[in-house]
Amino acid sequence: MARKMKIRAWDNGKNTSIKAIIFHPMETGLRKDKKTGKKIPGHFITEVTCEHNGKNILTCLWGPGVSKNPFISFNFNGAKKGDSVKISWVDNQGGKGGSTANIS
Amino acid sequence: MDTTRRIILKASMAASTLAVAAGANLLTPTTVFAAWPAKAFEAKKMDVAMNVITGKARPTTSADITVDAPDIAENGAVVSVKVTTTLPKVESMSVYVPVNAFPLSASYILSSQMEASISGRIKMAKTADIIAIVKSNGKLYTAKKAVKVTLGGCGG
Repeated sequence: MARKMKIRAWDNGKNTSIKAIIFHPMETGLRKDKKTGKKIPGHFITEVTCEHNGKNILTCLWGPGVSKNPFISFNFNGAKKGDSVKISWVDNQGGKGGSTANIS
Repeated sequence: MDTTRRIILKASMAASTLAVAAGANLLTPTTVFAAWPAKAFEAKKMDVAMNVITGKARPTTSADITVDAPDIAENGAVVSVKVTTTLPKVESMSVYVPVNAFPLSASYILSSQMEASISGRIKMAKTADIIAIVKSNGKLYTAKKAVKVTLGGCGG
């Protein structure tokens, strides 16, 4: 599989910053194929979970209204350098993925 | 593993949500995911989508929520939105675009470790308000931001 996501996690001096991008088409199910005129089936991420040292910190529930190759950025407290951050996702067609990063 | 995946993908594309559910079951991820509120995301009307998330309660407008988005978005397919609030004990934040085919864009469930500020990118069909609804200390609050869209991002 191609590289499906990127995470960056770093200590910003005050707490921890996370930036992540997931490579996904986020197809709404409303667009039509210009050649065939048929609707392109919806294909989008429904849930993303973010964990710090195995503990859930953020759950994202997404619909087709989130842009292609979704990007998310947030800060959280209570972590230190070297801790692991894991982000996993599932989509409406049963696809899934995820990645981990250590806080730098 | 990968072959199974392909088959499941094909099945779910061809058939109904049942196939999707079955596929999801077979591929149960190591992480346990909360139930995705399909009704809220499939709702085509703003109030229907909102009711699923908020129940019958109506949020009150709050000056403590900031919806940060560009005044003019050239491309409705990618509009950066940042929702920040100074309200205490934030449990969830949801982002709506009432004019979209599916008004609910995203909903975030925050743990106590989180800072109440999340940025992401959403699609907008046309010029509209982006509405944020924040649940703080068991109560609902809302704020909005008007964004002018020059090129819609949901059509085909």
